[in-house]
Amino acid sequence: MMEKNYELIRHVKGESKFLDDLPVLSNTLNAYVFTAPVAHGIIKKLALKYALESKGVFKIITAKDIKGENQIGGIIPDEPLLAEDKVHFIGQPIAVVVANSKYEAKQAAKKIQLEVEELPAITDPRIAYQQNSLIMPPKIFESGNVNDAWKECDFIVEGRVDSGGQEHVYLETQASYSFLKEDGIKIISSTQSPTAVQRIASRVLDFPMNKVEVEVLRLGGGFGGKEDQATAWAVISALSCHLTGRPVKIILSRHDDILWTGKRHPYSSDFKIGLKIDGRILAFEVTYYQNAGASADLSPAVLERSLFHATNSYYIPNVRAVAYSCKTNLPPNTAFRGFGGPQAIFVIESAIHKASKVIGMRTEKIQEINLIKEADHFYYGQKVINSNASRCFIRAKEKYQLEKLQNEINNFNQQSKFIKKGIAVIPICFGISFTSTFLNQASSLVHIYTDGSIGISTTAVEMGQGVNMKIRQVAAKVFSVDINRIRIEYTNTSRNANTSPTAASSAADLNGKVTLIACNNIVERLKELAAKELKCEKSEIQFKDEIIFKEGSKKKINWIDLIQIAYRERISLSSLAHYATPGIYFDRTSNKGNPFTYYSFGTAIIQSQIDCLRGTYKIESVKVVHDFGKSLNSKIDKGQAEGAIMQGIGWMTLEDVVYSEKGKNLSDTLSTYKVPDVMFTPEDIQIEFMENPSESLAIFNSKAIGEPPFLYGIAAFFSIINAMQEFNQDIKIEYKAPLTPERVLLQLYNKSIS
Amino acid sequence: MNISFVLNDKSVTTFQNNSTVLLDLIRNEYNLTGTKEGCREGDCGACSVLIGSYKDGKMIYDCINSCLLPINAVIGNHVVTVEGLNQSELSLVQSHYVDNYASQCGFCTPGIIISITNYLLGNYKYNLRDAKDSIVGNLCRCTGHVSIIESLKSLLEDLNDKSDGEEHLSYLIRKRVIPDYFLRIPELISKLTISNESTDEINGKSFLVSGGTDIYVQKQDELYQAAVSFIDSNDYEENIYISEDKCFFKASTTINQIMNSNIMSSIIPDINNYLRLFGSNQIRNRATVGGNIVNASPIADFTSILLALNAEVHLLKNKKERKIPLKDFFIAHKKFDLSENEIVEKVSFPLPEKNFFFNYEKVSKREYLDIASVNTSAMIIVSENFIDHITVSAGGVAPIPLVLRKFSEFMTGKYFSDDILIRAMNSVDEEISPISDIRGSAEYKRLLLKKLIQCHFLKFFPDKIETEIL
Repeated sequence: MMEKNYELIRHVKGESKFLDDLPVLSNTLNAYVFTAPVAHGIIKKLALKYALESKGVFKIITAKDIKGENQIGGIIPDEPLLAEDKVHFIGQPIAVVVANSKYEAKQAAKKIQLEVEELPAITDPRIAYQQNSLIMPPKIFESGNVNDAWKECDFIVEGRVDSGGQEHVYLETQASYSFLKEDGIKIISSTQSPTAVQRIASRVLDFPMNKVEVEVLRLGGGFGGKEDQATAWAVISALSCHLTGRPVKIILSRHDDILWTGKRHPYSSDFKIGLKIDGRILAFEVTYYQNAGASADLSPAVLERSLFHATNSYYIPNVRAVAYSCKTNLPPNTAFRGFGGPQAIFVIESAIHKASKVIGMRTEKIQEINLIKEADHFYYGQKVINSNASRCFIRAKEKYQLEKLQNEINNFNQQSKFIKKGIAVIPICFGISFTSTFLNQASSLVHIYTDGSIGISTTAVEMGQGVNMKIRQVAAKVFSVDINRIRIEYTNTSRNANTSPTAASSAADLNGKVTLIACNNIVERLKELAAKELKCEKSEIQFKDEIIFKEGSKKKINWIDLIQIAYRERISLSSLAHYATPGIYFDRTSNKGNPFTYYSFGTAIIQSQIDCLRGTYKIESVKVVHDFGKSLNSKIDKGQAEGAIMQGIGWMTLEDVVYSEKGKNLSDTLSTYKVPDVMFTPEDIQIEFMENPSESLAIFNSKAIGEPPFLYGIAAFFSIINAMQEFNQDIKIEYKAPLTPERVLLQLYNKSIS
Repeated sequence: MNISFVLNDKSVTTFQNNSTVLLDLIRNEYNLTGTKEGCREGDCGACSVLIGSYKDGKMIYDCINSCLLPINAVIGNHVVTVEGLNQSELSLVQSHYVDNYASQCGFCTPGIIISITNYLLGNYKYNLRDAKDSIVGNLCRCTGHVSIIESLKSLLEDLNDKSDGEEHLSYLIRKRVIPDYFLRIPELISKLTISNESTDEINGKSFLVSGGTDIYVQKQDELYQAAVSFIDSNDYEENIYISEDKCFFKASTTINQIMNSNIMSSIIPDINNYLRLFGSNQIRNRATVGGNIVNASPIADFTSILLALNAEVHLLKNKKERKIPLKDFFIAHKKFDLSENEIVEKVSFPLPEKNFFFNYEKVSKREYLDIASVNTSAMIIVSENFIDHITVSAGGVAPIPLVLRKFSEFMTGKYFSDDILIRAMNSVDEEISPISDIRGSAEYKRLLLKKLIQCHFLKFFPDKIETEIL
């Protein structure tokens, strides 16, 4: 029986405190942000007079009021907190109204007078590219020589692939609360990156970082949407607090949150793939046009991960991948589970799908013979150790009886006129580590109190992924104590400095590992003490179920007694440890290196059913074999996989971020932007944990789980396409996601899709 | 206004503006923060609470979105938030939820616990299909709902030991689904002092609110501290009735009242399957027939059904009634034939004769809790392939909810054949004028409507239609 997760007990009772649930100080003000109504333009006039006279208004802040630097860009300094002379996207903050209530602040904001000379807006990354509107110079990764390789190929297939944006729909919207301390400020933020908030707030407020304390309680979902994009709102509350001297809270409404914040990057891509007649892929050339939005945000790092995952889990000897980060007039797009990986993997899978039709070979055959093998190198130079690509693929085919499923579907389709079924397989590979090597570090501060209870502070933010439970499990194992003695503190920059974002699926890897080190530091001291007490060698001391003893000896000390002795003996019961992942590097001049600690592999089979009269579809089943490593907590890991799969399927099917030509988000409510609901979830989801996992470099041989399973959702797209071809062989397939019911119906009847 | 109600296990009285929504009251005034704001438009369910009303000797509980519920609706009633379900041990629903790791970030969790508990309170027999249906109005972005479904399965397995004759509420208390204070609620309610006097100052526009599920989404800011008067929704026995060969709905009839009434299902046996696609359980508990009509959305779901049934709308002004066919009520986009101070009192439709068949089709991006790209209803009276009468409505293809008059007239009085259908379809393009918007391109809506009309005839004449024409 697995221990109950105490987080969940509080969740189900409604006792977990999210930011907006905290009691506020009595003189708290509320901020509302006045934002750009057009996607591109020059500010001609900004008049606050009427707004200032509005009921309940305390202050209105514009760029002029900023004492420090008006700059929140993380990777590239290209994003002002508050627009000065130009606006670059609808929803760009221009002014902050601080008033007694949220309602009054919003009403006042409506009275701000703004005149903007509108400039043409760009929403399409290919147009941005043509106009040389780029965030940074293009990135090119290559190996082998594609130009020579084309001559060797029996088939060459080219095509275009488009994938849409994706709104995070974290259930808790962006939120922050700031109040002054004696000589500094405390910001409570719903962020995945407390240090980013601290750094940017100190820059904007012109405070040294040690005067800015950032605390994170827990997030009501993040998914990447609060990695960089929480910063602006946190800094707005801090700035408002600093300038008014009063505590200031900001909570975005769902509508504003969808309208103003960035999403998963839409990509438009061109590919050329060359194969031998036996299905081997000899060469792959791809160009990615990433729709970055109006400023860099995390786009450069996202773009780089697309390049790393250009070949999914295949070995391809000749590859050339060119990536453009295109600057458009949309809210800056940002991290979202998979971080550019899914966009790239959708391209290579589309290329294989298209090639399979040209060659007349089953897609899964091409997939299987090209899977990366042990000691093969990915095209950016990393050698694959412990490749489980083929193991997972073969196991999935056998366990789920792929051939039988295909025969059943064929029989069904022959007898059914308007309901058709389709199936698709996808192998996945995802590299684990921040590709910015320096981010792969973490710290953990462990305290044991004199009653034997334990408090742990790490750099990880709990956002539903279960990292707190996993860290508790690590500490409980090392100390061999009841897990209920262990509490994970809120993430706080005064306890853990220089935190890396809780991102890249790595929080449990890094913070688990560093907590292990910190706990072991204390265990070493306790063992020394116990050896003295039990009159034996330190190496003979064992910790088991709260008893400290020497094997074979009758004398024992219990946990609490040992802790109290240690305290009286003035032995430190605290430890602060630091961990940096070894062995990773990447050379950005040659674009070669070893960016990942390890890879995550797996294979999914997805089956769908479509209604050819209505254009609607059902995802019937998702069957997975995944390499979880030695899972620390199988229920948490399974939940992560299931949630990621459904988000991936959502991205490929229902979730349709739509912008007007003028850059206005038309899908700006939950009634127009639909995510999978309980009825959309397939009845049959099976996830097998691959048996006998190999060693990994993560904590206790576990593996990161947040992002990789998202990629399985891509198979939903192909399963629907395959079903559509059963109805109409002449469909001109467009590799364009999301495959909404609209696009299904129009393609079924050979109409062009928008 | 003064409002008194029972909040969890205590009676409370507070003075509030009557346009306040319940979510703000329970979070701000009573600091019950388990109820969350996720969207303020009834799409996420994080704000779900139970409203219990006492009638005929027992409590009836409905799950609603507190973000859209004007507080007048709680006067004299029992409000249950997640905190009101907490007991010394986890409740049965909470316990299965925890054991199945059905919660990740936890933000949506209290709302789902409430929705599931409501399902157990309101039904005597359980099945997974209905249990899932009860949380259609609750979004979870973390779990993908997989572990939530697992928790439902194990929960339902745990609820098969009701003894014969055991009172439902007692059973649920014995099973720890609800705390035992629920038994004391009727007494607490009977002791409430209810004053219906509104002492609000009226400044600015005054609003007439029925269920509030749409107006509180669209006019949230205008309603804040505005003067609001309410049309109360009573129970279905008074709201839905048959009189002189007609079926009547009072304007305040909620969609769930229709689903719970035997009257509609005796006329249209599949009605509940159609109405499951109308909003969510939370929305259907509040959304009314009158609201669906005067909202005048071109894709209003219940209006689509009423149009095909040749409904009439009964209007009332200064005690004077006026009656017009529903299809003539809509004039232009969001404009309808209603004068100042006139209200929609009720709607009626003639009870169908023999050989009556009905079909409703709706396609939206997501099947449940979504707004249609196109919807259409068809009512046909047919004998031996001879179409005595047919009315087909079409939503999402014009500025108003439409009756396809030409199409319906052409088909009426003819023997059904493929050829007739093909010829009738030619008139559809002339009658509709869809626009491209977030619900789909104009071209898509044209194609989709025609396909859905074909679906009507596939249902009515399964053997008579040559599928190649489709």
